[in-house]
Amino acid sequence: MGEELKLHGAWISPFVYRVIWALKLKGVPYEYIEEDLSNKSPLLLKYNPVHKKVPALVHAGKPICESMIIVEYIEETWPQYPLLPIDPYERAMARFWVKFAEEKGDAVWALFRTSGEEQEKAMKGTLEMLKTIEEHSPDAKKFFGGDKIGIVDIAFGAIGYWLGVVEELLGVALFEAHAFPRLHAWLKNFTEAPKIKENLPGRDELVVFVRSWRAERLLASQN
Amino acid sequence: MGSQDVVKLLGVEVSPVSRRVEWALKLKGVDYEYIEEDIFNKSSLLLELNPVHKKVPVLVHGPKAMAESLVILEYIDETWRQNPLLPQDPYERAKARFWARFADEKLLRVAWSALCSLGEEKEKKLKLAVEAAEKIEEEIKGKKFFSGERIGYLDIAMGWMVRWLPVWEEVGSMQIVDPVNFPATKAWMKEFLNHPVIKDNLPPTEKLVLYLHRRSKMLSSNPRG
Repeated sequence: MGEELKLHGAWISPFVYRVIWALKLKGVPYEYIEEDLSNKSPLLLKYNPVHKKVPALVHAGKPICESMIIVEYIEETWPQYPLLPIDPYERAMARFWVKFAEEKGDAVWALFRTSGEEQEKAMKGTLEMLKTIEEHSPDAKKFFGGDKIGIVDIAFGAIGYWLGVVEELLGVALFEAHAFPRLHAWLKNFTEAPKIKENLPGRDELVVFVRSWRAERLLASQN
Repeated sequence: MGSQDVVKLLGVEVSPVSRRVEWALKLKGVDYEYIEEDIFNKSSLLLELNPVHKKVPVLVHGPKAMAESLVILEYIDETWRQNPLLPQDPYERAKARFWARFADEKLLRVAWSALCSLGEEKEKKLKLAVEAAEKIEEEIKGKKFFSGERIGYLDIAMGWMVRWLPVWEEVGSMQIVDPVNFPATKAWMKEFLNHPVIKDNLPPTEKLVLYLHRRSKMLSSNPRG
């Protein structure tokens, strides 16, 4: 498809990175537009009127929203480097885990936004999520997708990497290697894969950003 | 698995999401064995087949089991190719998935939550549910079905609205989709209800009401739920 492809994103967003990884793995060229989330562009609001969020992928003027829905769109539009298996049952298994990541991943995002009792709840939710994946997800070869990165790796990869950021921020260890050996090995494989490694925001920069963002929020809520 | 392998569905009559799978199988003319689960006393089979969530629906095809109603719909569409549920075009497919997800998260879940809430909490959730319903009203305007001229994936995903939503509104003394502000949604509900596969495949209202009362009694005597 030779038509114009644009991605509205924000460098701090795990959801945006899921889309970037899919595009980079498939070698699909695109124009990236960095959004200021405190001052969203009229274009973004036009392309995602329902949620007003990044990412929004715009292909030949048509917008697609919600990170994993965008990844499926990319998969169906550019067949090289397939992110989903061919067999319908294997696809159903992959989509099951993608949905799980979408639902349970909320606990991790909540860690960034909350404090006190709410944050305790989010920590509990995060540990439960990690435990379930460690116990029930299919045996990861190198990746959940097998020898190559697949859609489940992309879904979990964002959660895994950003979890490291919030752990550093809060000074907690939730994702411990001795408790989650399979997952730990998998995350290492994922973050070291060339196309992923070259497309990760700096952890230190993220920690600095989130620290100041949380401080601002706290101040605003006190006033 | 061949499309000839035995198909079984673990469901619950009063579940809005388990019914989706039945509609899809029936629309495609796929034979299946239905196993009704006791929602208050889950079978060991269910717990074994869906250890992660321990919920219905679970579709079993030959030796393989899968969970999550919308995921199952896509599996059905890919395995039995007659009467396609999802559109062919990737952009249209993305839109259908977007709205199915939106309706589940912002309307179904929130309406149910409002039903289970009181006072200010309930008012807050009702307001959010109405806002979500307004966006859905815009989507169905000018269309017979969400999927166009024929019933499809998004209609099946929204189908709970024709039977479960009115019951929740009644039992919860709340109104979300009223006929004045939601004429297009109401028109769609009528079309959907009249569809031959759907109209003979809905739980009786009384059963839903009974279930809600039983559940509320159980929760008030055992608040942990």
